[in-house]
Amino acid sequence: MNNFVDKVKSILTNLALSLLSITIALIFGVFFILLTEQSPITAYSALYEGAFGDFRAILNTLWRSTPLILTGLAVALPFRAGLFNIGAEGQLLMGGFTAGVVGFYFTNLPAFIHLPFAILAGMIVGGIWGGLPGFLKAKMDVHEVISTIMLNNIAIALTINYGINYFRDTGRQATPRILQSAALLRFNDMADHFIFGKIPFIEIFEQPGIRLHINFIFAIITAIILWFLLFKTTLGYEMRAVGHNPDGAEYGGINASKGVILAMFISGAVAGLAGVGEALGTHLSFMAGMDAGHGFTGIAVALIGLTHPIGVIFGGLLFGALAQGGLEMQFAGVPSDIVMIIQALVIFFVASLQVLKVYLAKRKAKGGVE
Amino acid sequence: MAKEEYFLDMQNITKLFPGVKANDNVNLSIKEGEIHALVGENGAGKTTLMNILYGLYDPDGGEIYYKGKKVKLKDPQAAINLGIGMVHQHFMLVQPLTVTENIILGNEPRKKKGLMLDRKKAKKDVQRISKQYGLFVDPDSKIRDISVGMQQRVEIIKTLYRGAELLIFDEPTAVLTPQEIKELFEIFRSLKEQGKTIIFITHKLKEVKAISDRITVLRGGKSVDTVETQDASQEDVAELMVGRQVLLKVEKAPAQKGEEILNISNLNVEDNRALPAVKDISLSLKKGEILGIAGVEGNGQSELVEALTGLRDIKSGSIKLRGKEISNYGARQIKREKVAHIPEDRHKHGLIMDFDLKENTILGYHDLAAFSKKGIMNYDNIAKYTADLIEEYDVRGAGMQSLAKNLSGGNQQKLIVAREFSHNPEFLIASQPTRGVDVGSIEFIHRQIIERRDNGAAVLLVSAELSEILSLSDRIAVIYEGEIVDILEASDTNEIELGKLMTGSKAEEAGGETVE
Repeated sequence: MNNFVDKVKSILTNLALSLLSITIALIFGVFFILLTEQSPITAYSALYEGAFGDFRAILNTLWRSTPLILTGLAVALPFRAGLFNIGAEGQLLMGGFTAGVVGFYFTNLPAFIHLPFAILAGMIVGGIWGGLPGFLKAKMDVHEVISTIMLNNIAIALTINYGINYFRDTGRQATPRILQSAALLRFNDMADHFIFGKIPFIEIFEQPGIRLHINFIFAIITAIILWFLLFKTTLGYEMRAVGHNPDGAEYGGINASKGVILAMFISGAVAGLAGVGEALGTHLSFMAGMDAGHGFTGIAVALIGLTHPIGVIFGGLLFGALAQGGLEMQFAGVPSDIVMIIQALVIFFVASLQVLKVYLAKRKAKGGVE
Repeated sequence: MAKEEYFLDMQNITKLFPGVKANDNVNLSIKEGEIHALVGENGAGKTTLMNILYGLYDPDGGEIYYKGKKVKLKDPQAAINLGIGMVHQHFMLVQPLTVTENIILGNEPRKKKGLMLDRKKAKKDVQRISKQYGLFVDPDSKIRDISVGMQQRVEIIKTLYRGAELLIFDEPTAVLTPQEIKELFEIFRSLKEQGKTIIFITHKLKEVKAISDRITVLRGGKSVDTVETQDASQEDVAELMVGRQVLLKVEKAPAQKGEEILNISNLNVEDNRALPAVKDISLSLKKGEILGIAGVEGNGQSELVEALTGLRDIKSGSIKLRGKEISNYGARQIKREKVAHIPEDRHKHGLIMDFDLKENTILGYHDLAAFSKKGIMNYDNIAKYTADLIEEYDVRGAGMQSLAKNLSGGNQQKLIVAREFSHNPEFLIASQPTRGVDVGSIEFIHRQIIERRDNGAAVLLVSAELSEILSLSDRIAVIYEGEIVDILEASDTNEIELGKLMTGSKAEEAGGETVE
């Protein structure tokens, strides 16, 4: 079918453009590495080795991508509905904090209740943190950028400044360690799991240093669910209609308020899930600094993924690889500032090339076909 | 070979777009000091040709001679330097800046010393041009505070300020009220008297007859003919445009009125600034009739239609559909009462431009069982339905995967008509249903409206085109400053009487006499 060919073509074009922009960014990066009198070849081979060098590196790249994919999705979905969610950071903190507290506070629950309870609680609180600005937008026309930024500040104060101090039992800037019954399954524990253990060759994950946990799978499933929601359901149709043309949507009898509130609630829950994964999978407690700016990086992830849920997966992977590989670069002697510059260059060129694409399309129109 | 006598001679212009020959060996010859109308259906290649002349597109073939010399126009600046100016359909003005600031933008006069803007000289220049050509504007008003007609004058002055000798107008009347159109034609005449040459792109044959000296007709990307305006009737030109005989006059049988379907009583509606827009209107509409609402735009028509379609709250009064009060219904509930609505602004309301045709054909109907079940869209069904509509309503130029914004205006309008008519409405509200649409499509849309009426639907027709109101309506209600000043039988009235009523002249004196 023609339609299908067109789709594949457009995906391949986007992929090629992204690869091109990464290459350009790395070429520019050479200049900065030379400033530090390091060898660019050493630096870049460290970047590659760190991100994709071996099985463990790849899995840890996936691990680092997990919260970024989720916060990217939390920005992308409202974006399609015409909303700019700057609040993924606060939603992540609220979700992670809630999950962390549920994880240690309830001591007598069996795992099959405790874990889902902690996950759901985190997602719901994150959802409320996102839904609130949605509600204010829909009912009182409060701009979501303002309200989400404010809620970020409140979330930081509430969870890190007040929450951690209230609960903590050691000098560590964290809530108490969660119980095993609330922990997310790690890949290197899978061989011992009563279900996953039956999968053949599962023991390849059983090696030290693999930090990937099951939230990565949840992130991919979330992306697919959101894709389905946006492009296959009436709710998604309505959200996109409101996003493209609110007047046209109103004419079509679409209730914009419902779409706005729901999009923000869902996005808050998804950002909350990012926090849940960090608390229950990565750190096994809610820790200060755990958010690491993931909520803001999520904006870049969403835009690089063209705010398409499947594209966001790739955007998240790119950022995860840069984070994971960047670490190895640091070990190779490149200062962490330079690593950050290179990461920024990649973002810069991926974003600029999207502009180039638009320009090329225009030139084609002017020049016509040969 | 260029013929010396022509001011502008475009020969064998060809322009290819992926999959389409937008211009196919087009010839256009303009004499100095004439008003030359360029007409053709949507997608005939008029705008492409003018964009080539203005340097926006590179032609794939052909030659352009300007004042006898062969020229190459690589960008608009090259065209401007030659003395070619263009007044676009959608104005290119900066809203928060003043009239003067907009006119000088890009050609700012500087003070003799330094880089300072010479505001005095700028204002003087603007005033001089505006006086010379009878283009009266207030140089200090902000663009956002002046009417569309005034904004167009600013665009004209802008081209003159840059020294234009040849002015291109891309559908200048599409956005104007009848009064403003009259004034624009006065400006055309004044420009012509002072030696300017005008190319005038339009759909409207009446305007072509009224103002132009010669007419060039494009059809399907080819230039069909160039004729002297005085030698050609409207019907002749329409036939050249469409390639077949066109019925400019709508043929319809007398209305077979049925029971009352809509009853509006003492309706009051406010506009966006909370000022009264609809004042105490009472109307009744029966099945099988077309009630036209005639009026100069901005006299409450938009607010009335929005109140009827659930897009605007009413202040007081009642709207009864089949005896049921619907004034508190939302847009969706009203649609489900078999009410269809062709909105006046297809960009703002009628379509979602970034959606493809498929998603647009179900706007407002996406939750019907045929299109979705339990919240899951049935895109297979929707695709089939869209393919049928495209076929039946002859929506041209695109497959259902293309975005609505890539359709021409006429085809966008057909798509809306297709969507709204396909659910067998019993009450149809058509607001400016043929605005910016070419002759062939107008004929089609008019036929569709009559057909609906003959099938027993009631139609409320709101239009700024008096000829459209007169030819389609069975009864005509004239609206002025939010009030219905008179309701007339269409067969007993004419444009002159309606014109008087629309501009506030008293109803009594117009009531009795009919002027021929």
